[in-house]
Amino acid sequence: MNPKPLILKILDIVSLILLVVAAYLAIVVAPTEKVMGDVQRVFYFHIGTAWVALIGFVFTAVLSVIYLVTKDLKWDRIQVAAVEVSVVFFLITIILGSIWARPAWNTWWTWDPRLTTAAITELIYIAYFMLRQGIDDPNRRARFGAVYALIGGLSAPITFFAIRLFRTIHPVVIAGSNAAAEGNFSMTDDMLQAFFFALLAFTVIFIDLFWNRIRLGNFQNKVEEMKLQATW
Amino acid sequence: MFFQEVTPDTSGYMIAGYASAFIILAIYVASIYLRQRNLNQDMEMLAEMEKPALAEAKSKKKPAKPVTKKGRKK
Repeated sequence: MNPKPLILKILDIVSLILLVVAAYLAIVVAPTEKVMGDVQRVFYFHIGTAWVALIGFVFTAVLSVIYLVTKDLKWDRIQVAAVEVSVVFFLITIILGSIWARPAWNTWWTWDPRLTTAAITELIYIAYFMLRQGIDDPNRRARFGAVYALIGGLSAPITFFAIRLFRTIHPVVIAGSNAAAEGNFSMTDDMLQAFFFALLAFTVIFIDLFWNRIRLGNFQNKVEEMKLQATW
Repeated sequence: MFFQEVTPDTSGYMIAGYASAFIILAIYVASIYLRQRNLNQDMEMLAEMEKPALAEAKSKKKPAKPVTKKGRKK
């Protein structure tokens, strides 16, 4: 494998520092929310991971179009990397949301429109990998994956707008309020600081992991090609 | 949650939340590292396999010069 570029090494370290600082701002600096208590602090990571994951899913749909137009397998490898990292971040989102819901709603899970669409989105992208596993031909696999991710990409905006379109108990903290929501709160300056820092931190961490994963995909491709040559 | 006067102690949930977030991230980073390491091992193995094959190919490419009467030094 080619040695890691210096920028990526720096990005690895910066990501780690940003993660620690984001956790510090969320756990120590941000004030305790009066009604929910400390559990409200998971909100900063919950939104931070959801933000990058949903953008990642939309990005994979864009990559699908690029692959279908160019037929270059490089775009397929980039797409796989984007889906994988987004799935990991969205898993964190769902788990954090569930942990927050227990004291706030008195349940770990409810089939609310937001939670349902989020679960469907995550399952769609887990199934993406299962679909790919079942196809041996790389071009066919890439084509099927691209079409699937293109259609699956619709689930991300549906998940985002679910709390704005349907009657739901999920709070709409950013740009809007919902009368039926349970657990709504308004943010102080310290909360806003922790919130925006978490958004920045997770954006950088996403880019870092995404880049590392693309490199892994390229290396994997190189080794597979060598294996094919060896068998011939 | 209406009419409550005291902020509830939900720090356990907060710790569980942050712990799970860090654990998932750590597992993912470890998985990238392990996959990379396995690929490096595969690469080394393939390189080892290629060595005798290359040597064989080289020996086939350069056959030994036939010794003729003309070529012999007197």
